[in-house]
Amino acid sequence: MSNRRVAGPEIERLIQLLAKVPGLGPRSARRAALALVKKREALMVPLAAAMTEAAAKIVVCSNCGNIDTLDPCSICRDERRDPGLLLVVKDVSDLWALERSGVVQSRYHVLGGTLSALDGIGPKDLSLDRLVARAAEGSVKEVVLALDATVDGQTTAHYVTDLLAGLPVKVSRLAQGVPIGGELDYLDEGTLAAALKARTPM
Amino acid sequence: MEWSGEGLILGTRRHAENNAILELMTRERGRHLGIVRGGAGSRMRPLLQAGNTVAVTWRARLDEHLGTFTAEVVTSRAALLMASPVALHVINLIGAHLRLLPERDPHPLLHDAAHVVLDHADDPAVAGALMVRLELALLEELGFGLDLSECAATGGTTDLTHVSPKSGRAVSQLAALPYADRLFRLPRFLGGDGPESLQDVEDGFRLTGFFLERNVWGARGTSEPEARIGLRAATVKQAARDL
Repeated sequence: MSNRRVAGPEIERLIQLLAKVPGLGPRSARRAALALVKKREALMVPLAAAMTEAAAKIVVCSNCGNIDTLDPCSICRDERRDPGLLLVVKDVSDLWALERSGVVQSRYHVLGGTLSALDGIGPKDLSLDRLVARAAEGSVKEVVLALDATVDGQTTAHYVTDLLAGLPVKVSRLAQGVPIGGELDYLDEGTLAAALKARTPM
Repeated sequence: MEWSGEGLILGTRRHAENNAILELMTRERGRHLGIVRGGAGSRMRPLLQAGNTVAVTWRARLDEHLGTFTAEVVTSRAALLMASPVALHVINLIGAHLRLLPERDPHPLLHDAAHVVLDHADDPAVAGALMVRLELALLEELGFGLDLSECAATGGTTDLTHVSPKSGRAVSQLAALPYADRLFRLPRFLGGDGPESLQDVEDGFRLTGFFLERNVWGARGTSEPEARIGLRAATVKQAARDL
């Protein structure tokens, strides 16, 4: 196979960097780079400017751990949100997923990961002290642990539950079971068993 | 190279975007790793949870390669055990303990013991007692086994109530009397005498913890796993509730 360069070093570097973006491989990075080059004024220059500006302004919210260009972030500043409801999530991507759903008008707390012996992530690596401090502030009535339904996610959920045990807050977690549109025939045994265990009366 | 068999999942790590590195404990081949293509995807991820047992086929061009697994769930425990903090500690602790073993070194006794513990993972007293037995087996397999069969002082095989921290050998009640404060209490369930109480389980954890710390964790520059601390705390909490 030929490994010849088809473009100058600047374009090759652009392709290499784009290939590191999740969802893009070397081939799709090449296509993306070509699209950017073809739409240089309409897409490439504004994109580069937007990225430069975002890179300069992005900060991690000192209150909840969210990523924004403001500190405290837009969600923490939003006074229309219910201050009594605090959703604990693993990562900013989970926060964005919940916000996309639009089902809650709560505040959030981003842990920054889940406990994992395999990956060497312990309690000190997570934003737990800040969570306890926020839960103890008095305005929070319920903490919802919106963590992954994995062994690591649920280990973290139980750990957080123990941490919050002495505080006057209700601690709950997301339900587990049959997904909307899910056909029983295609579900794994574990999900089916969890769904049966958490069945609700009609 | 190719083999097929069953394995207990100890953990998974994401590899690239969609793949996962699966860590298994197999009976014939010990702790074995391999890549599962699509293992981090939405279809496979629920199945590849620690605590589940899977049927796998491992393939690689050379034996020393990491290789790839194709996996199918045989026993799906994780989803049901996730509701119990004790069970989660048990799952995590089994992983932490079995990771002390070298890769691809068969330890059928520990493999079987891990399955037995997982089958009783949501009962603190039973799981705790079984975990103490697993830790004793782990010490034995790592070359630091305790001798609980007879008294180190008298040679007697009955009324064994303590263990010497120096020799790791059992001591009978009479011989232990002058040194009781310096010896570990031997849990009754290890002497084959009576059912396990939560106090016995804690005594067992203290006993195995000392020898694991001295011979294994200390030597490797690690410390007691968080899951073990959590399991002990859950056992104590359960004991307080039962009083």
